[in-house]
Amino acid sequence: MTHLADLPVWAAIPVALLLLLGASLALIGSIGFVRLRSFYERVHAPTLGTTMGIGSVLLASMLCFTVLQSRLVLHEILIAVFMIVTTPITLMLLARAALYRDRSEGSDDVPAAPPVQTGAPSAQDTAPPV
Amino acid sequence: MTATLLLWSIFLAQILLVAAMACATFRVLRGPRAQDRVLGLDTLYVNATMLLLTFGIRTGSTLYFEAALIIALLGFVATAALAKFLMRGEVIE
Repeated sequence: MTHLADLPVWAAIPVALLLLLGASLALIGSIGFVRLRSFYERVHAPTLGTTMGIGSVLLASMLCFTVLQSRLVLHEILIAVFMIVTTPITLMLLARAALYRDRSEGSDDVPAAPPVQTGAPSAQDTAPPV
Repeated sequence: MTATLLLWSIFLAQILLVAAMACATFRVLRGPRAQDRVLGLDTLYVNATMLLLTFGIRTGSTLYFEAALIIALLGFVATAALAKFLMRGEVIE
């Protein structure tokens, strides 16, 4: 553990705080993921970890390696950009799939699909059927 | 002194992340429906990415970063494919 002793105090304290913040946010999101009741509530909870949680941990990693190697180490931005792009896609796909499954089973918990309008001019204004 | 502070905070962060992974695993095993299990898998791999990054800070090597990047890539593909499967019943139409 010699490399951690080389880190000056002004960098070590933010690294430690950012790591603890990110891990706490991930834990809070996962606890919410276990405790919330319906699937549509549960979709929201883990995003605490996927946005600011992983952002804090990546920032801590960037700061640590930048100070240790005395040059700008920014390759963690790859993971950050990738997470920012992919998280809404996966959660949107999952929520749509869950909505489709609930509707096809005739569940009362979800609103019914909007009626399909064919040829009407106002078809552009309504949301497309899922 | 800074090494001690950093070692303890990394250790605590790893414990918190493992607890988060345990919550996600609980949802994967116990989820009432298939979409809960897929969402649990998604949460599990995000937490695993963070755990690998903390290992990287602890050991000072960039190998862990590449493993974390691969987990993030494969996890996205897996979740998208599973969501597609839940919606359509097949992955490639």
